[in-house]
Amino acid sequence: MEEKPNLPDLNTPPRPQHEDPGYEVVDREGNIKLPGYKSVDGGHESTEPLQSSASEQTKPVQALILTGFGINCEEEFAAAYRLAGAEATIVHLNQVLHGHVSIHDFDILNFPGGFSFGDDLGSGVVLANKLRYRKNAAGRTLLDDIKEFVAHGKFVMGICNGFQVLVKLGLLPDLSGTVTPEVTLTHNASGRYEDRWVRLKVNPESNSPFLKGIDTLEVPVRHGEGRLIIKGEEILAEIENRGLNCLAYTDFDGSPTDVYPHNPNGADLNCAGLTDTTGQVFGLMPHPEAFLSLYNHPDWARRKRQNPNLSEEGDGLKLFRNIVEHVQSQRPAAVAQPATSQFSS
Amino acid sequence: MDSTQRTIQLLLKPGQHDGEGQRVAEAASRHLGLTTGRVQSTALYTVRYPVTDTQLRDFATHCLQDPVLHDVALDEFRHDSLYKSYILVAKLPGVTDDEGISAQNALGDFLNEPLDTHTQHIFSKRLYFLEHELPESSLRQLAQDLLGNKMINRFETGPIAQIRDYTPRPGGGAESITDLVPLVSLSDEELVKLSKDNLYALNLEEMRAVRDHYTSIRAEREADGLPLDPTDCELEIIAQTWSEHCKHKEFSALIKYKDADTGEEFEVDSLFKTYIKDATSEVDRQLRANGNDWLIKVFSDNAGAVRINPESLFVWKVETHNSPSAIDPYGGAITGILGNNRDPLATGIGGARLLFNTNVLCFGNPEFNGTLLSNQLHPRRIFEGVRKGIEDGGNKSGVPTVNGAIVFDDRYAGKPLVYCGTGAVMPMQLAGLDSWEKKIDAQDRIIMAGGRVGKDGIHGATFSSIELDETSPATAVQIGSPITQKLAMDFLILATRRGLIKCSTDNGAGGLSSSIGELATISGGAVVELEKVPLKYPGLRPWEIFVSESQERFSLAVEPAKLDELLALGREMEVELTDIGYFTADGTLDVRFDGAPVARLNMEFLHNGVPRKVLEAEWQKPPAQEPTLSADLDYTDVLSRLLGSLNICSRESVIRQYDHEVKGRTIIKPLMGATGQAPQDAAVVRFNFESWEGVAVSNGILPRFGDLDAYHMSAGAFDEAVRQIVAVGGKLPNLSYGDGNFWSVNDNFCVPDSVYDAVSNPDGKLKLAKLVRMCQALRDATAAYCIPLTSGKDSMKNDFKADGVKISVPPTVLYSMTAKIEDVRRTITSDFKQEGDLIYLLGETYDELGGSEFYQLFGELGANVPKVRFAEAKALYTLMGEANDQGLIQSCHDLSDGGLAVALAEATFGYGFGADVDLDAGANPTGALSTPALLFSESHSRFVVTVAPEDEDAFEQHFGGRAYYLGVVTNDGQLRVQQQEQVLISASTAALRHAWTNGPVNRIIGFGQHAEA
Repeated sequence: MEEKPNLPDLNTPPRPQHEDPGYEVVDREGNIKLPGYKSVDGGHESTEPLQSSASEQTKPVQALILTGFGINCEEEFAAAYRLAGAEATIVHLNQVLHGHVSIHDFDILNFPGGFSFGDDLGSGVVLANKLRYRKNAAGRTLLDDIKEFVAHGKFVMGICNGFQVLVKLGLLPDLSGTVTPEVTLTHNASGRYEDRWVRLKVNPESNSPFLKGIDTLEVPVRHGEGRLIIKGEEILAEIENRGLNCLAYTDFDGSPTDVYPHNPNGADLNCAGLTDTTGQVFGLMPHPEAFLSLYNHPDWARRKRQNPNLSEEGDGLKLFRNIVEHVQSQRPAAVAQPATSQFSS
Repeated sequence: MDSTQRTIQLLLKPGQHDGEGQRVAEAASRHLGLTTGRVQSTALYTVRYPVTDTQLRDFATHCLQDPVLHDVALDEFRHDSLYKSYILVAKLPGVTDDEGISAQNALGDFLNEPLDTHTQHIFSKRLYFLEHELPESSLRQLAQDLLGNKMINRFETGPIAQIRDYTPRPGGGAESITDLVPLVSLSDEELVKLSKDNLYALNLEEMRAVRDHYTSIRAEREADGLPLDPTDCELEIIAQTWSEHCKHKEFSALIKYKDADTGEEFEVDSLFKTYIKDATSEVDRQLRANGNDWLIKVFSDNAGAVRINPESLFVWKVETHNSPSAIDPYGGAITGILGNNRDPLATGIGGARLLFNTNVLCFGNPEFNGTLLSNQLHPRRIFEGVRKGIEDGGNKSGVPTVNGAIVFDDRYAGKPLVYCGTGAVMPMQLAGLDSWEKKIDAQDRIIMAGGRVGKDGIHGATFSSIELDETSPATAVQIGSPITQKLAMDFLILATRRGLIKCSTDNGAGGLSSSIGELATISGGAVVELEKVPLKYPGLRPWEIFVSESQERFSLAVEPAKLDELLALGREMEVELTDIGYFTADGTLDVRFDGAPVARLNMEFLHNGVPRKVLEAEWQKPPAQEPTLSADLDYTDVLSRLLGSLNICSRESVIRQYDHEVKGRTIIKPLMGATGQAPQDAAVVRFNFESWEGVAVSNGILPRFGDLDAYHMSAGAFDEAVRQIVAVGGKLPNLSYGDGNFWSVNDNFCVPDSVYDAVSNPDGKLKLAKLVRMCQALRDATAAYCIPLTSGKDSMKNDFKADGVKISVPPTVLYSMTAKIEDVRRTITSDFKQEGDLIYLLGETYDELGGSEFYQLFGELGANVPKVRFAEAKALYTLMGEANDQGLIQSCHDLSDGGLAVALAEATFGYGFGADVDLDAGANPTGALSTPALLFSESHSRFVVTVAPEDEDAFEQHFGGRAYYLGVVTNDGQLRVQQQEQVLISASTAALRHAWTNGPVNRIIGFGQHAEA
């Protein structure tokens, strides 16, 4: 039987807002109960309702992507996870802050790039404050939830503005384990916002599953405040010793560099990304989600002419494949061995 | 300092690099010749919210201070003893203060209590300390020229011992007063004076029409209990509705045209109807006859729309924001880009997703070193401010700025031209309705969404319709807030998909008056209750509320049954929504304040009562002759100088400050290649991650040629935009039945005052004749290529008058084009790809050096303006489309400024290849062209392409006589061009790239201090 999707009756009284998670809700028969507005289907305009492919046995890895208030890279972030085989759900930050969506229903929590709250007080500052101080009805902050989320062995990723939020919040690098800022990200040495492509080298000492098996990658940077400044020699040494400076800007021969524009912002340790000590929390200034296809690269046309069989995938996708595979591989283990916490929260 | 007022100061810790302070010091020395010594920059936040000492300290240290970077001082202006002077930069009352609002937001989170967001509690300021003791006048100059704009900032300056603070206190007592403006007894002179004094921008005939209308309806008004004289609000509404900006009176005028050379005379019954609308109707007829029915919406609504595929529409609009950018470059440009974003967002039902921005800017020479007129800003400052506005407007909205152009000409030094374009994608259906249709019924509610209303931007619509002078009003300046708009944008996308909005429109020029006035024509009337409109601060009169152009606002038409759900969604997404009235069908626009009538206007008179203008145009060909240049030019040197010239040199420092790849869909960016320095002809953006369909975007603008002939200038600009899209692999439309290959063009005319006046505008007839000829060329080009116009705009008064001097822009037209790309993976970039590839010139070169950059180098204009041969061009473009289907072309760069020599050089910039070119090999088939013409002629419809050696035969066969062999790509990094065994050009391509990247634009822009908002 060919049946039109059962869209909500437009004349029914307004729904209570808390029932609306922002993504589509589908009943057992596949009828849409609530249409999604932010979805896995980043930017694809279609009159077809959005369908989720939810078979309970092989539930795909779940990535939650926050948006709203000036975040603006959520669609390509979602596309990255989808291409990597995960299910990506984009929700408005308020739905999480108001408790309508629980981060604990997901495997990976993602903070995309953009200009959260306009970034007028320094990038990421207002959003970091909101996560730290704003309490929901149960008296909990989102930071409380994130600490618990990480303690359960789950993953957090921040790109660009999202990285800035994790740093300003103190989740990165969090050497002390107290979620206190130990480093900062500030104005590029050039004093300018810049969009340019850079080469990164992965720190072989890094234990983060995001970077497993990757040696170098090319990605664009698009920021004005990406210069990592580390507070004091001690912290710097510890970051280096524990391999938390997981990504470095390099010059054309692949060695880490402080020379502009290969190092676009003058960061300490030429550092483009950090992980926490567990490797579960990962953030970087450049945009891997902007290099999902070969055709994002500025030199794609020449490279394709040189090698017509070149893969159509971009370097950035590797990170997402890595984490999705890792989460999948951890799944049976996670059932057997719940919440081995390294954190006291 | 107020007792209830607290101050937080953030200072960089000793040892932290103060980049801003250093840039201020450098800019003061470089641009103003002031020696400041060291400069320290600090941030101030003035808190007017009751907090305890502990709360203040904790808020400052936990929320504002970066513990790694900053020290905090409370209730003091802390400074090192070495500093002697200070400059405080605060904002004037009512000026957008996003930073203060953000701090307020953080305070609310920190205290975990909702702050009354209707009042501004925190004000952000900058406080600078200078090492040297500078006189008051120097400090003021530094403040006004480098640190802010006196139209939006308040400065306090002086010796450091006496720091004066300033915190804005907007508003006063609310004055809901509506005044009457008697017209009946006024003489002609008094009518004109009234119009000028109130910035109505209406001429005598229009003022008379208003007066006569009010005389004719006295009985009705008396019967309705209305005052006989018009209210201030009514006149403001009429002035706004009838403004050139909104009604396009000159494009609708009856024009009597005369060609003084041939004696030919004819009448044009509306430029718009004759050359634009009718031409597009004809194109549409041809398209439909050939199974191409993708033209969905043209010349109505906020933006035109074409169909991409059965599911989605492409919506596309380009506008100008010239006058505001002349007064406050940053505010003008950011408001321009955000305002233009709202057009596709609010087309049809609304809620399109923005795909890209593009912008074209025209400035005076940024290295101008003469004396500025009163209130004229330096071209460098306008450039930097506009650039920064576009950076923030695009980047902070998450919309990639995928391409653009910058044109320099001294005649833009008074009024710059700032063209902003935005493309968007919208589903064909939204909640079961055709998304592009606007439907409103009586009783539907009027909802204002987004920002609040202040005095900013009052009179923008009428102000842009007059020439600027030194007394231009501060209230015309607005500053956009990208973050406020981003919230509204996210909200619209969701609300429209849920079917909560019947239709939407943006509040741009003319504010509520314009948006509601236009929407009300759909239902046939509206009632507006102005007391409900949320204000930024009290003290606005009703008419001010109605015409204010405060930004980031949309007007929505909402069915009463959906209202509650819509309001709930607004609360969830923190977008302010206010029900401010309802639509009616009684034929009147009825504006009230607390029930008292503020304006009651007959819609028919309002929209159709404006008297038609009758204008005169007289064309005379300008005297022009070809110059005689030295016979023994060093062409290597000429090429190097051309590459470093203002209009050709690299714009990289500007381009890189725009995010051109957010959303991850940009396939051809402005600069490509391994070096990231090969300039491209058109941008290509894919629509989504599921298909390879995309759109190519280009801009054609050639004002220089207008000095020789406005017709050929306009035709050339159109062709330039077409060939740029063809260069990247786009195909002309309608080549085969139902190919669905959409094209969509925005035409934007920016001309000087073209209304003849014996005293104030003696050459007005010639200027108007140029406009007529530009429009004729547009009609011919549209018909020749079968490319439809979908939307456009005209800006008619681009003159700057001060101190008895008038600076008028050259008549300028921009054609912004988009075309469907079936598969973005098959697009072509401009840079050479491989050693050994064969280089060809496609299309014919003529002796057309008139208006060229080459002549410009020698201070000459010449006479032989490049002409477009439409039939030949179309045939070539068709061949190119077929060649691309067969994959015969490896690189393709269109020839424009600087001709063949510059195009060849630019094609080497991507990787460091070289090229060996012999002009005798084929480029000069008749042998008739001079060497300068071969190298530098700017003849249209030409390309430099490369071909893989194995495709040589297929390529030559395909193009026949249209391809002219030039030479081969080499790997030695040398560009060699020879003719008759004589080397004309021999240069390292690295050196040429160096000359190009170190041109004036990259030297000047981006390193200095911008006028920040």
